[in-house]
Amino acid sequence: MLLLNNSHYAAVRAHGEETYPHECCGVLLGVFEDDARRVYEVVRCGNTRQDRPGDRYHIDPRELVRIQRQGRDRGLDIVGFYHSHPDHPARWSQTDLAEAHWIGCSYVIISVEQGKAAQTNSFLLTGSVEEDKRFVDEEIRVEATEIASEQYGSGAR
Amino acid sequence: MKILIPTPLRQYADKKDAVEVKAGTVGDALRQLTTTHPELRRHLYTDDGKLRAFVNVYLNDEDIRYLQKENTPVRESDTVSIVPSIAGGWDL
Repeated sequence: MLLLNNSHYAAVRAHGEETYPHECCGVLLGVFEDDARRVYEVVRCGNTRQDRPGDRYHIDPRELVRIQRQGRDRGLDIVGFYHSHPDHPARWSQTDLAEAHWIGCSYVIISVEQGKAAQTNSFLLTGSVEEDKRFVDEEIRVEATEIASEQYGSGAR
Repeated sequence: MKILIPTPLRQYADKKDAVEVKAGTVGDALRQLTTTHPELRRHLYTDDGKLRAFVNVYLNDEDIRYLQKENTPVRESDTVSIVPSIAGGWDL
C-alpha cells in the first residue's frame, strides 16, 4: 500500500499535466511501514529523455544522489517514483518493468488524457533478484490530513 | 569512507543504509562491501564480474564512469553512492 496525503496526490497529477504531452517523473521520499510505503515528500525530477519525452523518461542519477542525500539528512528514504503516461493508460509497460530496479519501492503512474490527469495507479516492484522482478498492483490510500514533518523518521541520523 | 546502500539492497547488508570501509579505490571499497555482505554481489555484478549496467556508482557527486571507474582513488571523507537507474515509459 502507498500512503500519501491529498497534496502529494495532487502534486504528482499536477506535474503530469504541466509536462503534457511529455512524460513527467519524480521521486517519492518517505518511510517504510510494515507492508506500506508512507510518502512525506514529492520531489520533481527532470526527464533526460529529450530525444523522445512523449513516451520515455529517465531520471539523471546525479539527481537521485542529491535527493537521496537530502532525504537521508532528514530521516527519509526513497520509497518510490512516479511518472506519467500521456494519452496512455496508467498501467506499467514492458519498458517500465525492464527499466525498474528499485525492488521494494512503489512505482506510481499517472495517465494524462488530453492534458488532464486521469487514472493514477501504483505498483509495487517485488521479487528477490533482477531476474524475477515483477510489478504487483497496490492500493493508493490518500489521507486527508497533512503529516507534520517532526513525526517522521524511525531514528535520528 | 562511507558507502550508501540504496533501499532495494539494504536487506542484503544487514538492513544498513550505509557501510563504513577503509579503501584506496572505489573498486576496493566495493570489494570490501561484497566480502562483508556476499549476498550483495549478484545484485551489483554480472556473472563475469562487471558492474551491472543499471547500477550507477557515484563518488560524491561524480559518476565513476567519467572518472577512473573502479580504479578511482578515494579518500576517508568521501562517500560512494550506489544508485540503480530509474527509467521507463509507455509502449505502443
